[in-house]
Amino acid sequence: MKVTDKDVAYVADLANLELTEEERARMLRDLNSILEYIERLSELETGKVAPMAQVSDRYGVDESRQGSDRFAYAIREDVKDGLRESLPHDVAVKNAPDTDGTFFEVPKVIER
Amino acid sequence: MPSDLTIDEVRSAITGRQTTATALARDFYTRIRREDGEIGAFLTLCEERALAQAGRIDAMAAEGKPLPPLAGVPIAIKDVMVMRGVRTTAGSKILENFIPPYDCTAVARLEAAGAVILGKLNCDEFAMGSSNENSAYHAVHNPRDKSRVPGGSSGGSAAAVAAEMAVATLGSDTGGSIRQPASFCGVVGLKPTYGRVSRYGLIAFASSLDHVGPFAKTVKEVALVLRTIAGRDPMDSTSAEVPVPDYVAELEKPVKGLKIGVAKEYFGSGLDPEVRAAVEAAIQKLAELGCEVVPVSLPHTEYAIPTYYIVATAEASSNLARYDGVRYGFRAKAGTLSEMYRLSRDGGFGMEVKRRIMLGTYALSAGYYDAYYLKAQKVRTLLTRDFDEAFKKVDVIAAPTCPTPAFRLGEKVNDPLAMYLADIYTVTANLAGIPGISVPCGENHEKLPIGLQLFGRHFDEATLLRVAYAYEQSRKPA
Repeated sequence: MKVTDKDVAYVADLANLELTEEERARMLRDLNSILEYIERLSELETGKVAPMAQVSDRYGVDESRQGSDRFAYAIREDVKDGLRESLPHDVAVKNAPDTDGTFFEVPKVIER
Repeated sequence: MPSDLTIDEVRSAITGRQTTATALARDFYTRIRREDGEIGAFLTLCEERALAQAGRIDAMAAEGKPLPPLAGVPIAIKDVMVMRGVRTTAGSKILENFIPPYDCTAVARLEAAGAVILGKLNCDEFAMGSSNENSAYHAVHNPRDKSRVPGGSSGGSAAAVAAEMAVATLGSDTGGSIRQPASFCGVVGLKPTYGRVSRYGLIAFASSLDHVGPFAKTVKEVALVLRTIAGRDPMDSTSAEVPVPDYVAELEKPVKGLKIGVAKEYFGSGLDPEVRAAVEAAIQKLAELGCEVVPVSLPHTEYAIPTYYIVATAEASSNLARYDGVRYGFRAKAGTLSEMYRLSRDGGFGMEVKRRIMLGTYALSAGYYDAYYLKAQKVRTLLTRDFDEAFKKVDVIAAPTCPTPAFRLGEKVNDPLAMYLADIYTVTANLAGIPGISVPCGENHEKLPIGLQLFGRHFDEATLLRVAYAYEQSRKPA
């Protein structure tokens, strides 16, 4: 077992999840089974391999350019006269579980 | 009108005044109300918006104006794409009452081309799953055999086309979620190149792997929908500035002389013998059509699933941090803010979503980042190089879409790893960003559909569709 009860509790805390006792037990079992399978990646020698976070800097860009110049097409002119219209305030708060119409309302932030 | 209409038939029937877009939309809603109780493909219908759009098309037809390419075509959308004023849940309880204030680019482009959007389709919660059983609402039953899953995560999108409740649908594909359900339901499904179709308005699961793509009964219709939704969108910085060819016009070009790669890594143990036989027969058919079949090697294939489940869950754990009960979505009653975050996420997310958030958070956490996330990113490079090398020798690669036909509802729900392995032939295309299509290539002895998967070079959907079309035409009875 790689992952322990303590790890599950720690990771749940990082992820802002509470998890019931039953869910924690299941998570312990499932994470260990999945991580055991994932372990096979260590068979590969990757010391000299560059990591790849995304594909969009590799394909469909101007190959002759370097760095951010490859994405020159995505650059636009600064907006000089007035900003683009943003979401109206009332629309922005419309899906809020709790609002006074101006702000999102939440329970007390500072506990004492 | 019959329900098995093609896009061209819809358009010419409206142009020729044999029907109206309004009558057609009403026919489809009648059919959905009659058939969908047993299938469960739809989560929300947007009848008012659909009929308003149909009315606009009919007014154009009445004035004798030329109709746009998808005029009056009934299309439905996976519920991970937002539509202004139409409830969008991502299959999750946490977004049960979410009404988006804007339209997804792909949906907006379909409507601009005249399509009538009927409603939103069921899916695995946040597109996480391979059977559609992770929907917080209800399961989807495979129209070909209702005791079986439709595949996932775009199960509703595949089932709606198979059951003729929409002429075409949109789905999303992060690890196979378009191609696998297309294969299970016996329809055509395409995952385009990363950057080909804007992701603006697609609810994020794993941003470097997420793709929007079409489902339809035929390759030509998939090409028509792709032509409509593809192309640069300033609202998605990863959408590429690459010209969009006329995919439909390219379909008829000959396939003679094209090189089709076959990799033994996609025909190893775990592949159902009937699936193997059907896919090998399809490759033989391509050879008869004049393609040259060439062996290729994709040596890192066995590392694709472990790589995928680190990259995808790491990105998901970050993307899903936004669901905290503050600005939208489900909020649990709580005394303090931190308790509210936890209880809202606990109550709003299902087990599979929590499992992936946990795995992703673990892989990114201090002390494990190098061993898991960084390692997976390096293997992603190796997997992508495999394809780069293969595509120096061949134009298209042929493989099974899935190791088996559709499995039974409930069969894999308690074994997450077994469920993940259902994606074994599809995830690598997402890691490498190459396009992939699933085309029906036969049935097993239980009449369950089998899918042939074809991969292409980056931004070469035209060749991919051309080969898929030639194969599809060759199967038609003369």
